[in-house]
Order: sequence, then structure tokens, then C-alpha cells
Amino acid sequence: MLKNLRVTTSKYIDETSRISFKFNGKAYFGYKGDTLASALLANDVHLVGRSFKYHRPRGIMTSGSEEPNAIVQVNNNTALTEPNVRATELEIYHGLEAASQNCWPSVHFDIGGINNFLSPLLPAGFYYKTFMWPASFWEKYEYVIRHSAGLGKSPTEPDPDIYDHKYIHCDVLVIGAGISGIIAAKTAAKNNLKTLLLDEKNEIGGSTIYQNSEHVKINDQNSSTWLENEISELRNIKNLEIKTRTSVAAYHGYNYLLARENLTDHLPKNEKNKKIRQRLLKIRAKKVIVATGSLERPLVFNNNDRPGIMLSSAVKKYADYYGVATGQKNIFFTNNDTAYESAISLNKKGIKVKAIIDIREQSNTAFTKEAENLGIKVYRSHTVVNTEGYKKINKITIMELSRDGQSFASPEKIELDCDCLAITGGWTPAVHLFTQSGGKLKFREKDQVFIPDIYPSDQISIGSSNGDFELDDIIKNSTKSLKEFLNINETEFDNLEINCPKDNEIRTIWLLPSDKVLGKTKPFVDYQNDATAKDIKLALKEGFKSIEHVKRYTTTGMGTDQGKLGNMHALGIIADTAGIKVGELGTTTFRPPYTPLTFGTMVGRNVGEYFDAFRRTPMNDWHIKNKAEFENVGQWKRAWYYPKNNETMHDAVQRESKAARDSAGILDASTLGKIDIQGTDASEFLNRVYTNAWSKLAIGKCRYGLMLNEDGMVYDDGVTTRLDENHYIMTTTTGGAANVLGKLEDYLQTEWPELDVYLSSVTDHYATASICGPNSKKILNKLIPDLDLSDESFPHMSFSNAKIDNIKCRIMRISFTGEHSYEINIQANYGEDLWKKCMEAGKEFNITPYGTETMHLLRAEKGFIIVGQDTDGTMTPIDLQMDWIVSKKKYDFIGKRSLYRSDTMKEDRKQLVGLITDNTSEVLEEGAQIVANTNATPVAMLGHVTSSYYSPNLNKSIALAVVRGGKNMLGQKLFIPMEDKNINVTIVDPVFFDKENVRLNA
Amino acid sequence: MFLITCPFCGEREQSEFKAGGEAHIERPKQPTELSDDEWAEYLFMRKNIKGIQFERWNHAHGCRKWFNMIRDTSNDTIKAVYKMGEKPPVK
Ligand SMILES: [Zn+2]
Repeated sequence: MLKNLRVTTSKYIDETSRISFKFNGKAYFGYKGDTLASALLANDVHLVGRSFKYHRPRGIMTSGSEEPNAIVQVNNNTALTEPNVRATELEIYHGLEAASQNCWPSVHFDIGGINNFLSPLLPAGFYYKTFMWPASFWEKYEYVIRHSAGLGKSPTEPDPDIYDHKYIHCDVLVIGAGISGIIAAKTAAKNNLKTLLLDEKNEIGGSTIYQNSEHVKINDQNSSTWLENEISELRNIKNLEIKTRTSVAAYHGYNYLLARENLTDHLPKNEKNKKIRQRLLKIRAKKVIVATGSLERPLVFNNNDRPGIMLSSAVKKYADYYGVATGQKNIFFTNNDTAYESAISLNKKGIKVKAIIDIREQSNTAFTKEAENLGIKVYRSHTVVNTEGYKKINKITIMELSRDGQSFASPEKIELDCDCLAITGGWTPAVHLFTQSGGKLKFREKDQVFIPDIYPSDQISIGSSNGDFELDDIIKNSTKSLKEFLNINETEFDNLEINCPKDNEIRTIWLLPSDKVLGKTKPFVDYQNDATAKDIKLALKEGFKSIEHVKRYTTTGMGTDQGKLGNMHALGIIADTAGIKVGELGTTTFRPPYTPLTFGTMVGRNVGEYFDAFRRTPMNDWHIKNKAEFENVGQWKRAWYYPKNNETMHDAVQRESKAARDSAGILDASTLGKIDIQGTDASEFLNRVYTNAWSKLAIGKCRYGLMLNEDGMVYDDGVTTRLDENHYIMTTTTGGAANVLGKLEDYLQTEWPELDVYLSSVTDHYATASICGPNSKKILNKLIPDLDLSDESFPHMSFSNAKIDNIKCRIMRISFTGEHSYEINIQANYGEDLWKKCMEAGKEFNITPYGTETMHLLRAEKGFIIVGQDTDGTMTPIDLQMDWIVSKKKYDFIGKRSLYRSDTMKEDRKQLVGLITDNTSEVLEEGAQIVANTNATPVAMLGHVTSSYYSPNLNKSIALAVVRGGKNMLGQKLFIPMEDKNINVTIVDPVFFDKENVRLNA
Repeated sequence: MFLITCPFCGEREQSEFKAGGEAHIERPKQPTELSDDEWAEYLFMRKNIKGIQFERWNHAHGCRKWFNMIRDTSNDTIKAVYKMGEKPPVK
């Protein structure tokens, strides 16, 4: 039988629109305006989950984003499911399905609950202590732990929802639309400032909109009535934008903030479709006003975690805002006056309040008097020492406190029946965003709160996030701060007449005493992570002093709620135990996000093919049409190989490699970086950036160059061509193009500004087709019959301007394969056309398109390095056996001095060598380690394989490797230890094929 | 995320810029005359100050100009920006 605890109507709940939803498979209904929490409470469902470590039954505790217990899994769809959603924030909609987390097989019977009885064995640091030895067992422990622990399940399929990012610039950003935030936003906007007001709730107004006390008045009106009028005026103010359901996640330096705007989560399933679900707002605000309010503190006492134990403010909100009674026999437990205010409100709605337990000796305000006049029994100087009820609280035991609050005045115990215990331990200003921004806090002894002290940017905190808890203080201090902050003389709120009860004294006892020894009690500090006061004390006893260490050791404050409720109590208990003041201890660091963000929101539209920009060459369509497989090289999609008739990659590469050497091959080399270099000092500039000499390079000639970092290590390589007296075109590696340009610009601007040199990136301006092989000359001759291709007029390493069908192009006779070959560069738009013409002209020679894999193989046969594959930022040209390219005559070039450092001159550095395998068909794994002696322990690693292929032109396996002292080890036998065998290899010269370069000129 | 005033383009978002390490370390004019230690001092040693630090920045996704910045690394406030070759405006 379902009970309906909707006891009163509320203007925020639309009882004409009934919404059905499912929780743990059971159907319920609520109304438009309900959160999952309020709808469940209306159905008398308190038990919503199990705690993380002990699997204790837990209920809804709060009414907002600070909720530690009521976190649910939404949707059981594998793609749309979302874990760790706070039931207190989740607005119900038609078709909503939610389920408890952390319990198996069900919330009512949980096998992990056994941990509760084993809890003496699960102290602070339990995981660290128990599972660290032997280390090899960790995997097995982990399986068991992960199986029973964990907060919800991740989706297992790609998220089909749409997320978005948006930049917003404003003069004033107001965070939090409670009464102070509304005052601030209205004031700013009316002073011609572009203002943005954000609130995480679906309605603005904070807690004042359901304030109904006779004792709290503004201009003789009920404060909620007054605020409603203000809110209705807001809609007509230009300059003001209001966003609800928008939670600020992060507040960075320079007033840069990230907020999540929730757009569809509250909509019925059929209305969510194809709409943007959440939007990440990237906000740059000239000024920021933090009005994030405050969080109510619980009280820490034995068994303070049962379902039915809730924050007093939440009990009030469920009654006043949602019209829901959270209990029918309510007891309040307090250290301040707000519980009386809540009790009065309940009482007036006919919801029974049995008693108020107050740890204070006395309080004489309008609230306490009214409560007593209404006949509510008040136990002063009393504390709760125990609670009972497994799935829901049914009884509390109270005792009278001693004067110092650390023990009891008498051993007498009073037992009281109840079905809801509303607790309040005072208020903690929500300073999370303020501290995220770099703000420094100060501690206020009077009510034991940290409040903003030093602002790191143009911002202020107002309202209860600044430590003002009474309505008159809030309005008076907010308007005063606003006038200074916005540099204005007056606000329309300067002369409000405000009535509210004062002298709201609070008594703070961080850990309330118990009649049992601490070890036998469960006073929870962090509900979500099941950390108790006992754990914190144990951590201190074991020598942890820093608050950050205690936090990690006990996991206090490390849940998805980041300990919003319990952090202050943890500090208080540490300070009390250590005999120091909370203010001296300081706080732990609050880190973004304030509330959890989905990955979808963070990445926005940058998913799938939009994850990163990619670049395609002008010949791309041809490659696709001809079934090329592609590989990513930097941002480029490069043709990798062109499989024919279900060829494997190996077969395709073998065929392509053979064809390129036997007749003709063609490669799309458009991705190579191209930098146009002009100026009267261009030659001198090249002299300084390459290891070899450039001054004497004749116009129309090409030269290979090696570029180092200042530390002497190889950075990039490529061929540069002298087009004219003061004009060069440099090619770089595909992946290094942007960095090389950046490096060259850096030197030009900062070290050698006197040089007359201009650099332009022209990588995308030209398409490049490289044709190679013994028939390449014939093919080029067909394409450009009037170009003299004789070795005399167009030798290797030279350049010529030419025209193909009247289109200008640059031809370089250069080779990365060791074959006679030409690179044709043409304006990019003609790239595909050029490629097709080459294919047509080459048809009779069986011209074979080859991809990057074959290119790698062919160059490896020749022992040509690939920077980034055969080098890793620790190889000098000497290590690469490329001494020939390092000029001895040049006085200086980038990296030269480093080649003479004692360390770079060591004989036993890793050096580039060739490897052949004893078994010629055995192809080595790239990255495999190389050793001399397989029996030694530990075995000395001499180096590793950098490039490895089966060469179809040599009919054997070949590899390049770097080996310690390898230069002097020619002919030496070494081993490659693999999982199942040792492979025997011999060190050889890295040039495997055509050592005499006969083919270049063939 | 800083707002950086490029001396050539004006105020821009940090994501347009690239940090380039400590400023005012001049490449030695005659590297070959230096001892290993002297060269290592130029090549490797950086101050990494908590407080006022002189830094190089590049407007990589803008005008591509390098410039200098004085930044308090303890709170990320930018005290000044100035062009390459200019003297720091404050000490
Ligand atoms: Zn710029």
C-alpha cells in the first residue's frame, strides 16, 4: 500500500500534471516540479541506497547538490545510462527510470551489508594496510573490491546525446539567484552592465521564496512575497540574462568560469530527442559576484546516518516548497535557531513535531518562544546518543549534556519514537568557487566558519556565502559591498525595512559525546565514503598530521560530493584532537568541478571525427576510390597501402615495394612540410639552422639537411632546394612541419633579428607526387616531353621549373627510396589531376601507387632514417653514423657546441646499426630489446629495434636498431629476447641495398 | 586561463599563446669558446621562480610574434608585456 505524504499544496508543484516514473523497477508517480527525491518522499520512500564501504542503508538527506546518499543510476540503457545522479537534483519526467547504486542484489537485501558487521576490521587506511602485500595479489583483491564497491556503472556504449560549448562575455556574472544574488543582478543590470545570473535550481529565489515565517518581513511584507515581486520585475530588465539549471563547475583565474547548463534532463523522454542535452558555458566576466549561499551542517553523533535522518533545512524545504511531509513523528536535533523556524513551519501545516533536542542551554528569540507557545517539547542541553531502526529510523535515545558538552550531566537516558530526525549543526558558507579562483579564507571564531578574506581577481562574495546568515545582514552588507564593487552611489535596496529575529547563537560541538567508547560507535563524518570520527582519530594516532593526508588516508571528502556536508566536522575533530583551533588548521583544497560533470559536456562537439582536426591531401579522393587504407600521421590522413583483391597488408606492401624497384612506383608526398624561405640572408640562415654548409649550393640544386636542437639531438630533416639567389624551399617531415616553422621563427625573431629572412608555410599550397623506379624517367618524359632529363642537364639533386599541360610545376630529382626518382610539385588544386596524369603515363610501365608503409620499407633497405622513428630526441648525427653531414668548417650552427659535450662524445652511446636475423624469414618486432647475454640477471639492455621489415628486394628480414656502442660492433651476434624464444641477430651496416647508389643514376 | 595582452594584437585568450620559458637568456655568440659547464649553464639551467618571473611567450595562434612577459607565478598576475629587444619596463 503506497502512502501519500503530499500533505499540502504548493505553487511550485503542478498537481494537475501527474508524472509516472520507476524507481528500482517499481512504478510511482509525482508531479511536475518534483525532484526524484521529493517524489519518493511523497511516496514514503526514504531508503534509496547503500553506503560505499559498510553498505549501510541510506536515505535522502538533503534537498540539493550537496546530497551524499541519494545518488542513483539513471536509465538502464547501455548508452544513455548515467551514474551518480543526485536524486535531490534530478527533476522527474515521464519515462524516468532510476535505480539505487551500490547494492546487490537489492537495496532491501544487500550482501555487502556484511561489511557493516565486519566494520571493526575495516578501519581508516584499511585498503592500504591490507591489500598492499604481497603486491602480486593486488589484482585478485582488486577484483573482489571492485565487484562489491564502486559508485554506479559507466555507460558501455558511445553517448548518443548532443552536447555543446558556448563562450559568453559579460560585465557582471552573478552566481546564485538567492535573495542576495537577485539584488546584485538587478542592481548591476540597472546600472547598464551586461549581467548574467546563474542558478543551479530550476527556479530562482533560493530559500527565501518559500520563507513563510511571520517574524521575517521586508517592508512589512512576507519576505517571500517581496522577493516574488522582485523576480517578476527581473524579467523586464534589459542587460540581464538569467539561466536556471546552470551550475558553475569551475572558477579559474582571470574571471574565467565554466558552467554546465542543463537543457533537456528534466524533459519527458520523447521531448529530449535531437536536442542539445547540456551546454558547457565558457564565461569571461569582467566582474564576478559570488552569491552561492551556504550549506547546512549535519551533527556528528552515533548512528547519525539512518534513512529518515535528514538536514533540518531539507525537511523544511520538502514541506514548504514541495508540500511533502518527510515524517509524521518528527523530531528536530539542533545547535541553533533555524530548527525552531522549520519546526514551526511544519507544525502550522499540521505535520507533527514531537520534540526539539537542543544542545544549547538556552535561546530566547521569537522563534524559540513561538515553538514553545505552539506546545512543541524542547529538550535543552540534550544530545542524541543513539538511533535505532534498520531501514528507517524509529527511535532515538537522548541524554543531558554536561556544561562543557564533552560528557553527560546524568546517566539518565530518554527514548523517543520518531520516523524522521531533522538535524542541523549550523551553516557553512559555500566558498568552494571563491577558493577555486585562488581566494584566501579567514576563520570566524564566533560561529566557526571560513569566510572570504583576500580576493584574487575582480570579484566579491555576498550573502551567506560571505558569512551573512540573517536577512538584515544579508541585505545591508550586500548592498554596501555592491556599491563599492560596482562604483555606484545607491541601490534601490538601501532603505528597505527589514524585520528578523536576532541573537541567533550557535553552539558548536564537532563530535557529540556518546555513552559508549568511540570504538563502539558510528558517528559518520563523510556519509558517501563511510568515514567516521573514529577513522579520523585513528589517522591522527597513526601519525598523520597534514589535513590533506588525513583526507586521503580516511577518504574523507573524496566522494562525488567532495564532502560538502562533512568537511568542516573533519577539520573540527582534527583540531579538537590535536588541541589547536580550526582556523590554524586551514582547509583542504576545493577542486573543480563543484558538482560532477559528464564527459559529454566536457568534450562537447569534439567527438568522433571532430575529436581533432584532420588534413587530407588533394589526391585523397583518388586514394579512397582505389581502396587505400589510411594511417594518421600527425593530423594527416595518409594512404598507408593499397590492398588489391583481399591482399593482406603484408602482401600489399611486398607487391608495392617490388614494383617500385622493378619498374615504377608513385607516392603521394603532399604532406611533407614546405617552408618558403626568402631574403638576402636566406643562405646564411640555412647555414645556421642545418648542420651542413649551404652558401655554395648553386641555384637549381637540392641538398639534404639535418636540423638539430641546441642540445645536439636530431630534430628534423628534409631536402631544401635553392630556387633563386635569395629564395629557397625547405621540406620538413610530415609531423614536424609546424614545430620546425615555429623553431625557425623563434630564432629569427629572438636571436638573429638582424637577418633579412622571411618564412612562409606553404605545405598546403602544393600537391606532391613522387615517382620512382627505373622507368620513372620515361614516365616523366611522357608527361613533359620538352624537358631535358639527361643526367647532364638534370642530374640527381637538382631542380627544374616545368609545365604540364600549361600548368606550372616544380620538379626535383631527389630520392627517398634509393631509386631514380622525381618529385613533382604542383599548385594544390591540380593535385588529383596531376596524379591521374602520372597514372595514365605510367600505365604501360605498370606504375604502382604505394603508401607510407612501402615508403618506410624502401628507405629502410637504404638505411635512411625517419626522424621520430629511428630517433627519439636522444640521437646526435654522430650516433646515427651521419658524421658526413656535420660541417667541421662552420663556426656555429644550432646544436654544434653540444656535439662536443663530454656526454655526447661518449663512445658507448646508443648508435644506429643494421640488424639481420639468422633465420632470414624472422621479422623482428619494432621496439624489441636487444641483449648480449640472455643468462645474466638483471640482463643489460643494449638498445632496441627501431624499424623492421621483410625486404622483398633482398628476400630477407632487415631491421634498423640503436645499440650501445653499436658502431664498433659490426658482425657481432646479439639476441632479441621474446616471450617464447630468443632471436639470434647480427649487427651489420645500416645500408642494406645498393650501397654504391648505382640505381640513383640508372 | 590568462588574458594576455599581445604587444601587437591586444588582449587575447591564453589558448592562443604558447609559453617559451625563461626570458633574457641570450644564445652565446661564440659557443665554441665556452667550457662544458658554461654551455650547460646556457642550455639547461633555468630559475623557475615562485614570484616575479621574466618569461618568453609566443602568440602562436595569432600574429606569431614572440614577446616577453613579467608574471608573478605565485598568483598568475601579469605585471607587464614588452617586445623582444626591449628593456623590461619594471625591475
Ligand atoms: Zn599577437
